[in-house]
Amino acid sequence: MTSMPQTNFIPSSAPSRGKVGMACLIFAECWFFAGFIVAYLFYIGKSSSGPLPREVIDIKPVLVNSVALIASSFTVVAALRGLARGAMGTFRFWMLLTILLGGYFIFGTAMEWRGFIVDHHLTIRTNLFGTTYYSLVGFHAFHVIVGLFLLATVLVLSLMGHIQVVRDHLRVELISWYWHFVDAVWIVVFTTVYIVGMRP
Amino acid sequence: MTTAPIHPINEADMGLGSRVHSWVISVDHKKLGLMYIGIGLIFFVIGGIEATLMRLQLLKPLNDVLTPQGFNQMFTMHGTTMVFLVGMPILLGFGNYLIPLMIGARDMAFPRLNAFGLWLFIFGGLLLYYSFIGGDGLYGMGGAPDTGWFAYSPLTSKAFSVGHATDYWILGIMVSGFGSMTTAINFLATIVCMRCPGMKWMRMPLFVWLMLTVGVLVLVALPVLTGAQVMLLFDRFLGAHFFDPQQQGSVIFWQHLFWFFGHPEVYILILPAFGMICEIIPVFSRKVIFGYPLMVAATLSIAFISLGVWAHHMFSIGMPPWLNSIFAASTFLIAVPTGMKIFNWIGTMWGGQIRFTVSMMFATGFLVMFLFGGLTGIMLAVVPFDWQLSDSYFVVGHFHYVLFGGTILAVFSAIFYWFPKATGRMLSEPMGKWTFWLLMIGLTLAFLPMHLSGMLGMPRRVYTYQPGRGFEIWNLISTIGVPFQILGVLLFVINVIKSLIHGRVAGPDPWDAWTLEWATSSPPPSENFPKIPTCTSARPLWDRKHPEDPDFFYE
Amino acid sequence: MPFKFFSAVCLLAFTIVTGTGVYGATDICAPGSVGASDAATPMTQTILPNIFDPHSPPARMIQELSWLVLGISGGLFIVVEGMILYGVIMYRRKKNQKNGAEPRQVYGSNPVEIAWTIIPLLIVFVLTLTTVRAIRSIELTEAPEGALQVVVIGHQWWWEYRYLDPNVPGGQVIVANELHVPINRPVWLRLESADVIHSWWVPALAGKMDLIPNHTNQTWFTAETEGLYLGQCAEYCGNQHAGMLLRVVASKPADFDAWMQTQIAPTVNDPSVAMGRDIFQEYACSTCHTIKGISDGQFAPDLTHLMSRQTIASGVAPLDPATLRAWINNPQELKPGCNMPSLQLDSQELDAVTAYLLTLR
Repeated sequence: MTSMPQTNFIPSSAPSRGKVGMACLIFAECWFFAGFIVAYLFYIGKSSSGPLPREVIDIKPVLVNSVALIASSFTVVAALRGLARGAMGTFRFWMLLTILLGGYFIFGTAMEWRGFIVDHHLTIRTNLFGTTYYSLVGFHAFHVIVGLFLLATVLVLSLMGHIQVVRDHLRVELISWYWHFVDAVWIVVFTTVYIVGMRP
Repeated sequence: MTTAPIHPINEADMGLGSRVHSWVISVDHKKLGLMYIGIGLIFFVIGGIEATLMRLQLLKPLNDVLTPQGFNQMFTMHGTTMVFLVGMPILLGFGNYLIPLMIGARDMAFPRLNAFGLWLFIFGGLLLYYSFIGGDGLYGMGGAPDTGWFAYSPLTSKAFSVGHATDYWILGIMVSGFGSMTTAINFLATIVCMRCPGMKWMRMPLFVWLMLTVGVLVLVALPVLTGAQVMLLFDRFLGAHFFDPQQQGSVIFWQHLFWFFGHPEVYILILPAFGMICEIIPVFSRKVIFGYPLMVAATLSIAFISLGVWAHHMFSIGMPPWLNSIFAASTFLIAVPTGMKIFNWIGTMWGGQIRFTVSMMFATGFLVMFLFGGLTGIMLAVVPFDWQLSDSYFVVGHFHYVLFGGTILAVFSAIFYWFPKATGRMLSEPMGKWTFWLLMIGLTLAFLPMHLSGMLGMPRRVYTYQPGRGFEIWNLISTIGVPFQILGVLLFVINVIKSLIHGRVAGPDPWDAWTLEWATSSPPPSENFPKIPTCTSARPLWDRKHPEDPDFFYE
Repeated sequence: MPFKFFSAVCLLAFTIVTGTGVYGATDICAPGSVGASDAATPMTQTILPNIFDPHSPPARMIQELSWLVLGISGGLFIVVEGMILYGVIMYRRKKNQKNGAEPRQVYGSNPVEIAWTIIPLLIVFVLTLTTVRAIRSIELTEAPEGALQVVVIGHQWWWEYRYLDPNVPGGQVIVANELHVPINRPVWLRLESADVIHSWWVPALAGKMDLIPNHTNQTWFTAETEGLYLGQCAEYCGNQHAGMLLRVVASKPADFDAWMQTQIAPTVNDPSVAMGRDIFQEYACSTCHTIKGISDGQFAPDLTHLMSRQTIASGVAPLDPATLRAWINNPQELKPGCNMPSLQLDSQELDAVTAYLLTLR
């Protein structure tokens, strides 16, 4: 053998399995949401009867909602920083704040739905706006709830003293990835429903 | 990397109950892969029975073996079964079995998720087939779904699909689809993170490259199908109007969503077959694969273009000329990388010393048949020609050449190639040759005449046809092809059972092959490799066998 | 190889069959099987749904295009299949070659690989240009000058045709299942659906075009030969998809006009069959079927001039008294799964209704 084969390349320097797995899950979720976003855009202005978006949507509470959800992305980052330093108190505080902000978002969505259903008699079977609106916003809210469940689990575990910095930092980071994804989807949903969808 | 604890228990010493138990609780990628393949083959037989019933009904005009609805249920279940419960699991099963072995890993990245995926697939399949019993619902109508495997709305709406057959179709496919998605995530994480030392991207076996691409396609396509099915469920159960023309919903929107999934799905079913052929032809030609980098590039471009061709299934819905032209062009374009692959396989055979084992015969059969199916595919991309041919028997002939002549022949080739690795015993070559020729004759008889009856004006999915239109002879020949295929598959089953017990002991490397799975014993130990191997080139075993002229000289 | 041999035999047989049309004479619903007096127009021939036997410009353009496509694909098939065959025969292991003595390893060749990338690209480029040109000449967005305009409505499982004619009361003449057209005049079809997706496909006239609920499509043809053109629904539409047959009768303009006059004429009202008419009105018949002046059901074929047709049940059976009676007695026998129920009429009622329908010329 005249020259040595190259075996010094070790792919275990590649990203962790967890990161790749979560990235794949988020990638797949993007395509799932893409279907509903395309459906929403495709059916804008095609409803054969009212109520129409401009008649029922009140943008102000939605804006507050959105600020809360986006802020929760920053608080979860702060929580992770705390965890990395081993400052469990800081970590728990920011986690709690994240959960509260996310919870407020869900509450806001629920209030918006209540207004639509009770005051405007808009349900999923009323017209195409109702069909696409409840599906898209509902699936997003469902993802927020799943994220809240994950965050709450982490918080409870940490209160019980089961979160260890070295072992669990990556796991919590992956949940924060999911939370950021839910946030990013909201920006797209918001643009679709509350900006593009409001055209006359 | 976690290492599964090694149980030095010989399976043969265990009782039947504990043996079954050990399979059910297994998270070993090899066992899961074999279960995928085994269950896929069982569904293959079920789908074959459905096809046989249809061919009997079409034996002669105005026949009455099946009722119209019975026939419609048969073609719906046949298509759904073959795509979702045969093609997907068998190919994902091969991926499961082979990827860790080929990249020198001990298991998949997420072994428990892997087992979860398998059981989701099994449950989804059972849910779909339960419709035969439970599809009646409260309405006393239905039975199995009868809307066709692409389930065009508004046939799937409550008004036209009474009962719960369509719901079983939706939920069964959705559940097994979740299984496929978890498997795809596993493939990607495994391939990205768990390659052995020395295995750079451009040293991965082409099969692994193809499965990596399939993983990405699954993650793009299946969520879109799931989304569309959720919309359909909302329509059916909540009274939503996604596909309801009464409320300005668009039935064409379903077609766009379905085929945005459906065309990548076709490549999900054929790319793993390409991967198998990429491994098998070089070994039996005794030559390195011709143009490895081009093969990788062609694979990636096929995957990319396949996301932009879906509307070629919809040329007859009245799209404007410019849109028809765009989808025709993208469809033609995808023929180019596919053609490169065929040429590279021929280039690999060129100048080799081809050993015609049964596996290589099936691989050659794949080349011959897939080429034919590919060329009829190009014809169908010629939009005006497609206005005559789409939804005719020509299309049925075309995709059976691609999926039977392509995917299934490649799967048989792969089974004959890797059976020794998985079981430690060789399959019988003489019996395999009989299987090969029976299947080749059977599929030519069954599917070639379909092109002709299609050109004579016979639409697909008709439960019967009128005499006097020139369809009789071609349908008769098609049905004559069936017994050949049944005999071939039967011989194969006997071959497998016989060889499992009496087959010649294979040894670790019966084909004198070059990829890492042949570096371990047959069957491999539960931890795959006693010591994690290192990879020196795209053909690590060639390097070991030919230290005077190793592959890494040519990298 | 058996495959090559078989394909050659099939192609040969195909040419013979399509060239001679040996099956043409046996169509169960061909004119010969119907009483001569029932036929609105004497017809010369039945034209089978063969895409290589075009009798109209769109079908002919497609056929001409298809020769090119078949030529290119066939050429590629022979060349590449030949390469495979040559490789398989020339490079199989010889007896004197032993294990271990491996052939020369060739890792690839840039010129060769570039060649088999560029050449397919060129072929594909030519095919794309040809296809785009053909699409533009066949797919019209507006009706040709002087075209006969007909709205086609697909129903589960029959066809409704509405001739748009401003000179008749109501502006349209409604018929079912048999489309009559004059030869050498363009026909512009507006395609709609009342329920699910169907597809209008008469291969000798034009390629198929789908009928989609809540979406209007167009297609056109110009029949050049007198005759009965056969086709059938080409998009799966439920139970009786196979029983949704298409019949287009092309005749000389004068004959077409005569046929049109019979369709415009008022409903025949023969007092001798009043009993049958009463049963028709009293029972559920009238909720689905229209007979002008008698009933206006919208779900099933218009029967005002039933006897000007040659078939019933959308081409599934010939229209003769015995078959008509059997059809009314139990439609599920003739066309299982169709939407027409059996009304459980007794023998006398059946005779009366049949006799009444037989007067509707």
